[in-house]
Amino acid sequence: MSIIEVNNLTKYYGKARGIVDVSFNVDEGEIFGFIGPNGAGKSTTIRLFCSLIYPSSGEAKIFGKDAIKYGPEIRQDIGYLPSEVFYYDRMKVIDLLKYSASFYKKDCTKRMHELSEIMELDLHRRIDDLSYGNKKKVGIVQGLLHEPKLLLLDEPTSGLDPLMQKKFYKLIREENERGVTVFLSSHILGVVQKMCSRVAIIKEGSIVDLQDVRTLERDNYKKIHVVADEIDEKQFDVPGVINLEKENGAVNFFYKGDINRITRAISAQDVSDVTIEEPTLEEIFMHYYE
Amino acid sequence: MNIYKHEFKMKINSVIAWSLAVGLMIFIYLSIFSSIEIDAKLFNEMMASFPEEFLIAFGMTDIDMSTILGFFGLIFLFIQIGLAIQAANYGFSLVSVEETDLTADFLLAKPVGRTKIMTSKLLAAITGLTITNLVVWISSFVFLRMYSDGGQFETKPVLVLMLSIAIFQLFFLTVGMLISLLVKRVRSVPPYSMALVFGLYVLNAFGGMIGEDKLEILSPFKHFEPNYILKHAAYDLPLAWISVVVIVISIIGSYVLYSRKNIRSAV
Repeated sequence: MSIIEVNNLTKYYGKARGIVDVSFNVDEGEIFGFIGPNGAGKSTTIRLFCSLIYPSSGEAKIFGKDAIKYGPEIRQDIGYLPSEVFYYDRMKVIDLLKYSASFYKKDCTKRMHELSEIMELDLHRRIDDLSYGNKKKVGIVQGLLHEPKLLLLDEPTSGLDPLMQKKFYKLIREENERGVTVFLSSHILGVVQKMCSRVAIIKEGSIVDLQDVRTLERDNYKKIHVVADEIDEKQFDVPGVINLEKENGAVNFFYKGDINRITRAISAQDVSDVTIEEPTLEEIFMHYYE
Repeated sequence: MNIYKHEFKMKINSVIAWSLAVGLMIFIYLSIFSSIEIDAKLFNEMMASFPEEFLIAFGMTDIDMSTILGFFGLIFLFIQIGLAIQAANYGFSLVSVEETDLTADFLLAKPVGRTKIMTSKLLAAITGLTITNLVVWISSFVFLRMYSDGGQFETKPVLVLMLSIAIFQLFFLTVGMLISLLVKRVRSVPPYSMALVFGLYVLNAFGGMIGEDKLEILSPFKHFEPNYILKHAAYDLPLAWISVVVIVISIIGSYVLYSRKNIRSAV
């Protein structure tokens, strides 16, 4: 079953583009990555899911129900963590979390304390005394305390230190193992690569690719590094080679195509070292934005 | 109910401050009545010597300063201005505060509809205004009794005047709320509420002064002129109805606009 179903979703802010004709599905229990640079429309998409904004055309269905029409009902089971967190400054953390919990039909007290402990959150400080990273922790706890079935995470770890990021992703993995579907938007590809099963790439408001993360890595360019004393880069002038760079007796390039062809080209020379590796998602990703 | 409670808690300090302020205003004004009363004749003569336009502008025509109600009619205008600013503040900030403080992404992503959010917020604001309203009632009656000659004054006109406060507050609350949804963004509330309150006040005051009375029918300061009410122990009904109509339109308009509003994001 699709937890999120997006059909030709379009949003314009007046004349300014938000997203255009976006369609994709997110299956139950998967961690779905949503990547793109700033301003590509990631937040717009998530905010449409929460009916914070209304679509210009098209629709988004969550748990099989229209996100606008059944908004309050479906939001019982959604946990949303916005990219920038802002809360009522004069409240104490505990009061804010209790207020947040009061919107849900179940008793969230136990989970609230568990999560606060995991995230090392001081419950008795005032919101306006908190650092940005600590506010983000409040955001994480308030987004998870009602044990939602779907998590919408918009740049979830910005402002968190590496240790906390690690804890956070462990937490998300645990949630996922319990069956929670996760929609993770980020421009940090390493994270998406590690966490997600599938990934959609958004550029200027439109989805440019949607793939299995493994396929994306496999069916893509290899990153090749050749070291030789006397190197003739013209030897590598075969179709499929891009971004060839020469530096201090070494050649770096990306290659996509028959692997034998390139190994022959390499073996034709007297080389001292060769590395062929998977490019990082960052490097794959750059191709969509060139 | 949870939103109502939360909103009311956020407002309580402001409600207490405003209530104390208007209560204190009533006390101070009425306490100086006794010293004016002695020279009331002189005072009335002095007032008569002011240019007519000046008196109209400050709602001081036809005031008999020798009676406490005549005096109360004059000073109640200032109380009205205070009540209007408080109500307008609450109205302008009612839903816009979530966008200014960027808390909308928290509240609106909760499993609750916009209509319910607005209703809860509106009721919380009305509760706050009603508390201030009650303080005006109590302090008016207490201090009128305390400072009037022998503790005697006509209660009916005062009662009618006090009953007008709720409608008067609702006018500024709901009109403020509607305007906050019509403008693109409310960055800061006080400039808006000051403009609304003093704009409508000036419309009434100077409309009368320049003899142009078409515009003043828009102003609740005209609809609920304390002098008129205290003198007649009744409202100028056709005018009072205008306020009621404006309130109803503002409430309906606000609900429609808010339920369609696209909430700005923080970044």
